[in-house]
Amino acid sequence: MRGRVILGLALLALLALPLVLSPYRLLLMLPFMAYGVILLGLNLLFAYTGLVSFGHALFVGIGAYTGAFLGAHAGIRSIEVVVLVAAILGAVVAALVGLLCVRYVKIYFGMLTLAFGMVFYTFVLKFYRITGGDEGMPVPRPLLLGLNLDAMPKTDYLVGPYYYYCLGVLIIAAAVMWRIVHSPFGLCLRTIRDNPAKAEALGVGVTRYRWYAFVISGVFAAVGGALLGPPIGNVDPTLAYWTHSGNLVFMALLGGFAHFFGPVLGAFVFIFLQDTVMSVVPYWRLVFGAILAVIVIFAPGGLMGFFARPRPS
Amino acid sequence: MSGIFHAAILFLVSAGLQLVFGVQKIFNLACGSFYALGAYVGVSAVAAFTSAGGPPVLFIVPLAVAGLLVGAVGLVVERGLLRFVYDRDETFQLLLTFALVLMMEDAIRLTWGTAPQSTAGHYLLYGQARLLGAVIPVYNLIVIAASVLIAAGLGFMLTRTAFGRIIRAAADNREMAEALGVDMRGVYAKVFTLGTALGTLGGALVIPATAAMSEMGIELIVEAFAVVVIGGLGSMRGALVGALVVGVLRAVAISVYPEIEMLLIYLIVIAVLLLRPRGLFGGAAA
Repeated sequence: MRGRVILGLALLALLALPLVLSPYRLLLMLPFMAYGVILLGLNLLFAYTGLVSFGHALFVGIGAYTGAFLGAHAGIRSIEVVVLVAAILGAVVAALVGLLCVRYVKIYFGMLTLAFGMVFYTFVLKFYRITGGDEGMPVPRPLLLGLNLDAMPKTDYLVGPYYYYCLGVLIIAAAVMWRIVHSPFGLCLRTIRDNPAKAEALGVGVTRYRWYAFVISGVFAAVGGALLGPPIGNVDPTLAYWTHSGNLVFMALLGGFAHFFGPVLGAFVFIFLQDTVMSVVPYWRLVFGAILAVIVIFAPGGLMGFFARPRPS
Repeated sequence: MSGIFHAAILFLVSAGLQLVFGVQKIFNLACGSFYALGAYVGVSAVAAFTSAGGPPVLFIVPLAVAGLLVGAVGLVVERGLLRFVYDRDETFQLLLTFALVLMMEDAIRLTWGTAPQSTAGHYLLYGQARLLGAVIPVYNLIVIAASVLIAAGLGFMLTRTAFGRIIRAAADNREMAEALGVDMRGVYAKVFTLGTALGTLGGALVIPATAAMSEMGIELIVEAFAVVVIGGLGSMRGALVGALVVGVLRAVAISVYPEIEMLLIYLIVIAVLLLRPRGLFGGAAA
């Protein structure tokens, strides 16, 4: 009950924010919502299936570059098409990569995902004739629901229609993920996490279910990645670098991966804290590294661990 | 030949990574950061040495000494951070080393600034040699020789000394080693410091040939990672072979078709993981 009240209040706040917040802070909300979608997917693997991916930036990169490619080569700017294509590409790549990765667990899984992430990164970086190399590619302003909003000033567009659009996607993504997690399928994943041998004995195809989780999580990451491009107006290979994958896991841990909304909270805190720290000193990594070390050592439950009971167990 | 030089450096860093993983079961993402730290300290040490009037020809002495000494950072990290998470899930251990990566990258920027640093003009001090029709800086040969010596030394230590026996026992079965009276805290501290020192020494030795940049650490870790996957996690022989494979392949790829340089290495990594998930020498004790 208390959880629902908080969730409702948070939703209201998100809806009302464009009325009260400065455009600058609203612009920070955009990556937060994109990361929210990505982390919902990451957490299906991390918290519910017990697999830590250190290469999830691969799917973020795929999603982000989808928007840039469709805009540059096909002249398609409809965000619905971009998100759909990103989701399909994310699913296809995740299906292939996952086929190989889910055979391993723990550190080997992390390493293999990292390797695949870096394959994509080097591909994007080195084949600059197609991808623009380290300068990246521009992302055109997307059409929302088929509406051409080119006439609006950029900031008005981003903090207005685009904000609500991203919020809509985040809400849908959260609802879908909630259904997935609370379905018999989600229960199977948790069984696999807690006791793979027992799950197998009970007739759950462990490898197959891990693969499903991997593909779903890749789709979420690609969709989030597709939303990430337009606010910046440019995508570059660092989106797919392994430290970016590390930051994603960091966000999940920061918020508290044991709670459904923990990683989303983590993304929120990460982005705003990063902005605050960087406005004071340019060395945000130093501060964040220290924060991460403190969390790992003293508060493995993350922020949610302070005021909520762990959920997915 | 430049491939073998690169392999020699890579071996040092990956040997540190392997040692730590073999004994402590921690995959240390920060080993690249230690490498970067060693490089910067090396530059500073050489600069201090020459400005203090030391003969430039001997620059390799302060370089190596600084590289080894700064390995003491490993002790601080182990006692100050890592020892709290030994009984945790390996995800947390991995993330803690990732925290180190973040911190050290900025700590280096804070101390040495963002501009690349180099030991200008020392690289060719020892002249060049002709070997098999190629011109090679003698410095490269010195580093390769040093690396081979260190490899032999590590091999000797692991197989012929009491400390090596303890390390191998700890890698095999921690509880049993402890039950037989081995002080694991001491072993962990020593192993991690040794692993760190290998990384920092690698960083220091590479520096005359290139320039120290704050990103060098996070870039190297991916290569070292490729080395240990190809060679097999936790295996010293694996580190040696893996470093040779990666170093030489990289050099070949750069001269043939530069675009595929790292791509080729990752593809090999993936192929190895698929065909021999434990690596070429996996399963062998540290």
